[in-house]
Amino acid sequence: MIEMFHFLPASASGAAARFDLLMLALMLLTGAVALAVTLLIVWFSFHYRKGSGADRSDAPAGNRIIEVAWIVTPLLLFMGMYVWAAYDYAQLYRGPANAMPVFVVAKQWMWKLEHANGHREIDELHVPLGQPMRLVMTSQDVIHSFYVPAFRIKQDVVPGRYTTLWFTPTRTGEFHLFCAEYCGTEHSVMGGRIVVMPPADFTRWLQQGTSQPGIAAHGFELFRRHGCSGCHSAGSSVHAPDLNGLLGRTVHLQDGRTLVADENYIRDSMLLPKKDVVAGFEPIMPSFAGQLSEEEIMAIIEYLRQTGAEHASASK
Amino acid sequence: MPAPANSTASPAAATASNYLTEGTTLKSWLTTYDHKRIALLYLVSITAFFFIGGAAATLIRLELATPAGDLVTHDTYNKLFTMHGVIMVWLFLIPSIPSALGNFLMPMMIGARDLAFPRLNLASWYIYVAGGIFTIAALIAGGVDTGWTFYTPFSTMFSNTHVILVLVGVFIVGFSSILTGLNFIVTVHTMRAPGMGWFRLPLFVWANYATSIILVLATPVLAMTLLLVAAERLFGLGIFDPALGGDPLLFQHLFWFYSHPAVYIMVLPAMGVVSEIIPCFARKRVFGYRFMAYAILGIAVFGFMVWGHHMFVSGSSVYGNMVFSLLSFLVAIPSAIKVFNWTATLYKGSITFSAPMLYALGFVGLFTIGGLTGLILASLAIDVHLTDTYFVVAHFHYIMVGGAVMAYLGGVHFWWPKISGRLYPESWGRVAALLIFFGFNLTFFPQYLLGYGGMPRRYHTYPPEFQLLNILSSAGASILAMGYLLPLGYLGWSLFYGKRAGSNPWRATGLEWQTPSPPPTENFAHPPVVSTGPYEYEPQTGTELPQ
Repeated sequence: MIEMFHFLPASASGAAARFDLLMLALMLLTGAVALAVTLLIVWFSFHYRKGSGADRSDAPAGNRIIEVAWIVTPLLLFMGMYVWAAYDYAQLYRGPANAMPVFVVAKQWMWKLEHANGHREIDELHVPLGQPMRLVMTSQDVIHSFYVPAFRIKQDVVPGRYTTLWFTPTRTGEFHLFCAEYCGTEHSVMGGRIVVMPPADFTRWLQQGTSQPGIAAHGFELFRRHGCSGCHSAGSSVHAPDLNGLLGRTVHLQDGRTLVADENYIRDSMLLPKKDVVAGFEPIMPSFAGQLSEEEIMAIIEYLRQTGAEHASASK
Repeated sequence: MPAPANSTASPAAATASNYLTEGTTLKSWLTTYDHKRIALLYLVSITAFFFIGGAAATLIRLELATPAGDLVTHDTYNKLFTMHGVIMVWLFLIPSIPSALGNFLMPMMIGARDLAFPRLNLASWYIYVAGGIFTIAALIAGGVDTGWTFYTPFSTMFSNTHVILVLVGVFIVGFSSILTGLNFIVTVHTMRAPGMGWFRLPLFVWANYATSIILVLATPVLAMTLLLVAAERLFGLGIFDPALGGDPLLFQHLFWFYSHPAVYIMVLPAMGVVSEIIPCFARKRVFGYRFMAYAILGIAVFGFMVWGHHMFVSGSSVYGNMVFSLLSFLVAIPSAIKVFNWTATLYKGSITFSAPMLYALGFVGLFTIGGLTGLILASLAIDVHLTDTYFVVAHFHYIMVGGAVMAYLGGVHFWWPKISGRLYPESWGRVAALLIFFGFNLTFFPQYLLGYGGMPRRYHTYPPEFQLLNILSSAGASILAMGYLLPLGYLGWSLFYGKRAGSNPWRATGLEWQTPSPPPTENFAHPPVVSTGPYEYEPQTGTELPQ
């Protein structure tokens, strides 16, 4: 029974502390406005009730100065809140470069998570204390939403594209993981837990039971098996773009557009190759839609990311 | 006071012939072109739908009294909250004040004999009832589990329920909204009595006029969106499902482009009602009339530019979201103006507290809380935590139930003597108003805390730490239910046993009070001529004649 009274979530991420401070400020400001309106209504209702002896001479039917004042004052105060909240929001999407990746695939009604070394989890995510994390997420079917109240963060997980979520856990323990976007029959049980561990424990945990190759190694294997390397390798006779170090590179497209290659671009290039054809190349690549699972697409992207890292270290 | 040439009709004349006694057969009701009778047709039908939607809510609150799913199955629960949302939004809230009270009052308030297109008005009701029955039949026979928001690709490719039937029902009902809106717009433009300038219009007319513009502009977008959902679901046309080459966020943009303005469709008429009630019971001119009218138009225009705030964590652009957040803060300004002006109207008034006034003051308080928590949700970083939790559920119920339904009931009580010719029992009216106020707060205030605690919405089962607040909420819902059932009893009773009201029991200033209660079919014996503004109340002297 006692747990019924502890409904407030713990504050367990860097964002949570900032969020709570902003929330406190907003509650004080909105609370002050609500209290002022309520007190005025109650006071006027009592003081000017019918039959009271209150002075009612010169009752105003409007007052331009007062009206402008009570428009401008709250406007300025709330604009301050807007800027504060927008700044904190932007920070959520500016992840540190050293963030540890986790790959998340949602489906009706479970979360499938995979660490970079190939360690897989279902409906559970183990993370080390104090380590910035980057979750790359997609859905296999409908829209879901990855929600950890103790971290004060939430991100919709959308089929057909990647969304990213960054957080840094600041407290060890177990915390709720919920699906926050309605997704059908078992929506309310599509959850699990986030386990924040001391870094040493986490390292030990991560090594246990991984017979799988790491994600990038798996991606390389897929890259060869599906014949990607046949065209995209340096010595190929087929004229295809070089993929080494593609992530983060600026790409010029045939129709004149320019973009920076990110996960969504590579994903689309595999499944919808005619969407963004690189300038100077023929649109001859076949689509791999239906041949690769979401996990496999993520693995190939991670392989390409690693070639970028090798590329960079080789050129140094 | 704007006085028509012959304003003091005798009670005997009132009972001799009025719109209620014009015809008593069922056929005379079903074929009437009289806006007042059509208003009553709406009143009866929306009341029926309200209690069906309320029954679904009752089951939801019963189920949520315990963390486990022990009353109904997952699927049944999902169908219940879908049914509750669809019925309450499209079959009750949107038509409630405009189609029932607005239909009755708009022509009378501007001194007209009827709406501009009486036959179209009756057609609107038939379209509404047809769509409503279609929707209810689909909901009860098989049910739909998509939520009232029909998010894709769940609704198009994954749900195994009767999505298409309900879509068709909502699609049909939309045309009723469009036609009613069109009728009101033309009526206000072309049928105002001599002397009734735009700035002599009661704020109720302004509010319903602005609402009509939203209805006409936004509802077609909903209709198109629903057609696109049907096209993908029936023919596999890839519009929203990425597996077919579509974009699921496109649906959200289209849906909220209608559904955010739809919130203002619900709350603007409510503001109109409250703007009539407060001056009458404070015996005072409304404070800042012009600002009030401009605020109504401001809300209607700005309301079209904030839909993106429903999508802050959907994966849409960070910079786009910053713009939508800013616009959402700005749309709060006209609402704030209205709250401050209602409060200032009380200043130096001579205030009495009949049931309509209790509802109106309750509205101001609850709308203020709903609006301010809306600002919290508009704050980007905080919305990341609070969106899709019970905080949102609490917020929009404060606006739509604490706001719109309170005002609707206040309006029904305020104009009941005009509509029925009888007085309702005042002490019962006050008891119901207070029950609803306390029941409402007990139901929905705990949901703010649940949301802050992290309980997601649309959850059939939940972790045990949320139980206490859910029990409070369910307890509040049972009080709220009693509060809603009471008026059904005493208003019904008053139809037969209530005291005769006379033409103007509240000593109110609007043109609708210058004609007998119930009004004659032609509304006014002689067309009124208007020479003053709408709220010429004198708190001290009481120049109005006693009844």
